[in-house]
Amino acid sequence: MADILVVVEHQEGAFKKTTLATITAAKAYAGLAGGEVDALVLGDGAAAAAADTVAGFGVRKVLFGEGAAFAKYLAVAYAPAVAQVAREKGYGAVFAPASTFGKDFMPRLSGLLDAPLASDIVGLTRDGDKVRVQRPMYAGNAIATVELIGSPLLFTVRQTAFDPAQGSGAKSPVEKIAVSADAGGSAFVSRQETKSERPELTEARVIVSAGRGIKAQENFKLVEELADLFHAAIGASRAAVDAGWAPNDWQVGQTGKIVAPELYVALGISGAIQHLAGMKDSKVIVAINKDEEAPIFQVADYGLVADLFKAVPELIAEIKKAKSA
Amino acid sequence: MKILVAIKPVPNPDEKVKIRPDGSGIVLDNIKMVINPFCEIAVEEALRIKEKQGGEVVILTVGPKEGEQQVRTALAMGADRAIQVEAEKGLDSLAVAKFLAKVVEQEKPDLVILGKQAVDDDNNQVGQILAALLSWPQATFASKIEFLDGNKKAHVGRETDGGIETIEVPLPCVVTTDLRLNEPRYASLPGIMKAKKKELKVIPSASLGVDAAPKVKVLSLASPKERAGGRKVADVAELVAKLKNEAKVL
Ligand SMILES: Cc1cc2nc3c(=O)[nH]c(=O)nc-3n(C[C@H](O)[C@H](O)[C@H](O)COP(=O)(O)OP(=O)(O)OC[C@H]3O[C@@H](n4cnc5c(N)ncnc54)[C@H](O)[C@@H]3O)c2cc1C
Ligand SMILES: Nc1ncnc2c1ncn2[C@@H]1O[C@H](COP(=O)(O)O)[C@@H](O)[C@H]1O
Repeated sequence: MADILVVVEHQEGAFKKTTLATITAAKAYAGLAGGEVDALVLGDGAAAAAADTVAGFGVRKVLFGEGAAFAKYLAVAYAPAVAQVAREKGYGAVFAPASTFGKDFMPRLSGLLDAPLASDIVGLTRDGDKVRVQRPMYAGNAIATVELIGSPLLFTVRQTAFDPAQGSGAKSPVEKIAVSADAGGSAFVSRQETKSERPELTEARVIVSAGRGIKAQENFKLVEELADLFHAAIGASRAAVDAGWAPNDWQVGQTGKIVAPELYVALGISGAIQHLAGMKDSKVIVAINKDEEAPIFQVADYGLVADLFKAVPELIAEIKKAKSA
Repeated sequence: MKILVAIKPVPNPDEKVKIRPDGSGIVLDNIKMVINPFCEIAVEEALRIKEKQGGEVVILTVGPKEGEQQVRTALAMGADRAIQVEAEKGLDSLAVAKFLAKVVEQEKPDLVILGKQAVDDDNNQVGQILAALLSWPQATFASKIEFLDGNKKAHVGRETDGGIETIEVPLPCVVTTDLRLNEPRYASLPGIMKAKKKELKVIPSASLGVDAAPKVKVLSLASPKERAGGRKVADVAELVAKLKNEAKVL
């Protein structure tokens, strides 16, 4: 029975929680197909921290491939290294998060190994002795059941579709392995990060998002004030990002981030198919829009037809009252 | 610079797709096909590079004959010529990338630009697979491309979950486009007229010696769970009461 490999996402050693849902999906696969789940960390010395963290989440062992070429993530260096590990150790399946990390190197891995890849999976089922996966297509308007033929089988995992793996209370062994690391002529140059005290969009319990209806960058102050009451993350529609009012990594949707918080508040967002694709699995959806025909109302649990510039200050005041009551 | 742009026709993304009752696919009657929006961005970027520094822009697509229409649209935007690998519909990403790689080997461009994702299957795979098959570097999800050292290398700004990342890649390389790279132009009327006379070379897929047997098979499609949304509240007071007492999120 072939074992299963989870490629761990980290940023220069800082472990990313995207890996936890990926472990859960890999374990679900193991439950259907058999095999044990191992984790692979590639990085320079700093990544030892990520290896130590993932060791606490119930994998059999952690493989740690150390190399200077992995100091900054690059698909050209990552994909051949994962290919080498998968081949040499005979893994039957490789899992990675469907984040911009997994979406970047996993298809390259697929090309290197001539192995099939299912992107952004949201479910696993069994059909006779075969495992099938479910994945959204057409901006989430269809869920496809997919069969993969070949070996190893490759998967990227939609984070909102699987619960994060829980700490096991024990530490699995970390095993250093030798992998070749070569970025060719490619190099990391710089990163322009959006600094924020807020939780990450994909991890937040509450998200307040704004669209074209917010009208100007300075009006995001209003969004922030509402978000502060929930310790919420802030999201945006493509229209708001394209207008330059919000950074690109705030974009929620088919081609931005997929989120599923407990509460999603959409302010001045019409609810285009591509936006809904990124948030319609949220537990509770609130929409404030002045157009009662806006499609966002079809998915909203609580829709308020109102001018957001009038309703949001009122909402802030009422929530403060409700919280202190 | 010689640039190859791979494009895919997709159903108009602004229309909600309907799934056939037997789950075998989507209903395509009366649905307008368009160039995948990310591919349009790829065409636009190639045209801008050519306008700046000269060269040639070649459009490439793999698929059934009907795709010619979207190829003509790309030519009308200003591309120089096009190649269509005529193949059956519904190939998987590996097969598409293998056909693309064959043409890249024949054409030897300095740069191949693709969309980051085709918005029908939402795979986000072909560009990266192609780069692997060619052993070329890749820069995915590009929102900015800058050429340096007389086109020996490029700095590409990439939209990642954590913000914009810039990487350096030597040419030739594969770039996939994100939404913010540019705003595609419309095809002008003279452009459309000229496009009719531009070269479109058709290559039968069987002549390329590629094993296109599917490794990823879509067995069936189903509708996602519908949300029971649609309820309205009268005012802010009712909203807050519902959030507190019913949804219990306050
Ligand atoms: C390939 C592709 C990918 C895409 N990917 C994404 C994606 O990932 N995410 C995404 O969001 N979009 C995406 N889009 C864009 C999408 O199609 C829509 O254009 C976009 O979501 C619209 O943003 P919006 O709702 O903010 O703007 P609009 O559609 O213009 O809506 C603005 C809304 O604000 C309301 N409004 C205005 N003023 C007020 C006020 N004072 N008070 C209350 N309400 C007010 C209006 O009634 C309107 O409903 C994509 C498009 C394409 C083609
Ligand atoms: N059949 C095809 N012919 C040409 N290019 C394609 C084809 N399918 C995908 N591509 C290219 O690959 C990109 C990503 O597609 P995908 O990996 O299918 O999401 C698209 O934006 C196109 O540039």
